[in-house]
Amino acid sequence: MTETIRDKVKAFITENFLFGDTSHELADMASLIENDIIDSTGVLELVAFIEDNFGLAMADSDIVPQNLDSVARISAFIAAKAAMPVTA
Amino acid sequence: MCGFGGYFGSNRDGRPLLEKMTAAIAHRGPDEQGLFTAPLIGLGHVRLSIVGLGDGQQPMSDASGELTIAFNGEIFNYVELREQLRAKGRRFRTLSDTEVILHLYDTMGEDCVSMLNGDFAFAIWDARRRRLMLARDRMGVRPLFYTQHGGTLYFASEVKALLQVPGVSAEIDPIALDQIFTLWAPIAPRTPFRNIHELEPAHLMIADESGIVARPYWNLQYPDRDSPPRYTDERGAAEELRALLTDATRIRMRADVPVGAYLSGGLDSSIVSALAAGMTPQGLRTFSVTFDSAEHDESAFQQEMAAALGTHHSAVACGAGDIARAFPEVIRFTERPILRTAPAPLYQLSGLVREAGLKVVLTGEGADEVFAGYDIFKESRVRRFCGRQPGSRMRPHLFRKLYPYLPSLKQQSAEYLAAFFGAGNDALDDPLFSHRPRLKGTAAAKMFFSGDLRAELKDYDATAELVSRLPQDFDRWHPLHQAQYLESRFLLPGYILSSQGDRMAMAHGIEGRFPFLDHRLVEFAASLPPEMKLKGLVEKHILREATTDLLPPSIGKRTKQPYRAPDSHSFSGPGELDYVLAALGEESIDAGGLFSAKAVAKLYEKCRSRPASGFRDNAAFVGILSTQLWLQTFTSASIREAEAA
Repeated sequence: MTETIRDKVKAFITENFLFGDTSHELADMASLIENDIIDSTGVLELVAFIEDNFGLAMADSDIVPQNLDSVARISAFIAAKAAMPVTA
Repeated sequence: MCGFGGYFGSNRDGRPLLEKMTAAIAHRGPDEQGLFTAPLIGLGHVRLSIVGLGDGQQPMSDASGELTIAFNGEIFNYVELREQLRAKGRRFRTLSDTEVILHLYDTMGEDCVSMLNGDFAFAIWDARRRRLMLARDRMGVRPLFYTQHGGTLYFASEVKALLQVPGVSAEIDPIALDQIFTLWAPIAPRTPFRNIHELEPAHLMIADESGIVARPYWNLQYPDRDSPPRYTDERGAAEELRALLTDATRIRMRADVPVGAYLSGGLDSSIVSALAAGMTPQGLRTFSVTFDSAEHDESAFQQEMAAALGTHHSAVACGAGDIARAFPEVIRFTERPILRTAPAPLYQLSGLVREAGLKVVLTGEGADEVFAGYDIFKESRVRRFCGRQPGSRMRPHLFRKLYPYLPSLKQQSAEYLAAFFGAGNDALDDPLFSHRPRLKGTAAAKMFFSGDLRAELKDYDATAELVSRLPQDFDRWHPLHQAQYLESRFLLPGYILSSQGDRMAMAHGIEGRFPFLDHRLVEFAASLPPEMKLKGLVEKHILREATTDLLPPSIGKRTKQPYRAPDSHSFSGPGELDYVLAALGEESIDAGGLFSAKAVAKLYEKCRSRPASGFRDNAAFVGILSTQLWLQTFTSASIREAEAA
């Protein structure tokens, strides 16, 4: 499950932010901000991608670097959120 | 008086070459053309007549015929200088400011530049000494380019004139391109054209048979951080500022033709327009751009200010289609790749002025550099504030307050705001501290560089070169002054004045004049304590204090809205233009060899599918498109094809 999520996330980042450039492999733990892969608009694009592709509703408190600042963090966050029971 | 070209050294076909060079820059001087040749020297001039309409023909020689000048720009204090020279026995044959320079040079030699208050670039041929002197104004308002070929020095107001020289051709300088995609502008004297250089602002160049030497004659200086402030009385400083600005405006109203003003609705142009209106009993004409896009439009403020002043106001509407249609011409005149579309509406605006029959306009350019108006100054202050308490969750929200016009920041958490602006991450003693986040954000656009270009650039670091050019005193200055220096000495001449100032105005034969860039005012403002300029997070504080009575409160108290224009959306919205598709297509990109065609195609698709793009995507899109247009416009193959046709 996490493996599939990771592949989808990585593909999105490679296509949408790296424009298909695979000359430098994107490490799972690499910071997206520190490596200038995303900026403030990029975060909004990333949030839209997560909501659209994984059927999750992102709360404001979810949108923080500790959840979204690398392929690994995003994958783990999505997996954890998907596993949570939905509460009213 | 606004364009020239020439050579120093041997040249067998001097006169025909000068004719080609002046023809290439005819737009700068539609009123007159003149040539001068002698052994070793050739000068050609194109003139926009503003002062000395009947007797300012150029190139101009002195009475003895030993000195000859070709001059672009204006010397605003020429009236006072002429009287001083007359008092010393000098005789004048004309009323022009050009002749004043000749006499001044004859009495002072190279040091004559220190006496000039103006926007200028000129070449003086001294036949007695067999010496050429080139000079450029302190702030870099008027351009001057040069190259050497076959042992001869060629110089001109625009590169397109130099490209008329046989053997001189346009070739991209990869390092300049890297600088543009990092710093927004090349580091002078480098230009995007390999082996073609720019005479740096506040520099002169002496060429004679022993060689060519360039040297600065003026430097922008700030006080040491720890030195006692020269001004402690804010009211007194405001009064002195007002007097200086009023005089700077007064002498810039000197012309034998009507002078108008740009009125953008912002503080700076409103102040200049108010002062100019007070000096124009017959009624001042003002001009502005309006935008379809509400995000960029300031027309309500323009109308309010024009009504308050009673000016005769004209506006040109700028839609997305207008930017895209004008853009190829914009690049022909900027003569360089650019990362923003902001020059395009200004190109339209100068066209409006020309249609109205005017030749000269005052603008508010320079106030943001001189009096600390840019958001980057506030951002830098907030970053230092956050850096003192890196864990704070409250402090980063100040960034959102700084940028109310950026939708992408509205929903961001404190952690992301801190991360985007590098709060707490950057070393406080980094000389580029103020600009570091912007430089990093811009440099991300280099991911589109082709493999070949990356290989050629290797490990080149534009920011390291910029640091190496900073003056020795820089480390002793207050952080605000360090940031102001970077804007005033690098971005102002390298980007603002070239791409948005002289070149866009001159494309339609309009001379822009900038009261805020009067060197007396620049020096005065530099000497002010930082808090008089940026008070807390209020920008241009002392300027507001000095001019309160001139402005309606809604304008005097406005927080600055940066001048911006729609970027990538201008090219990928409804009414997409064929040239954009062609320029960004795989064939063109590969032919240029500078970008990855695959990545560019993905970027283009991304920009088409989403109206809102971030800074990096916008900068990359406009940068790539403008580079492609530059290649098409200037590289040898295109020129040869054009000539063959």
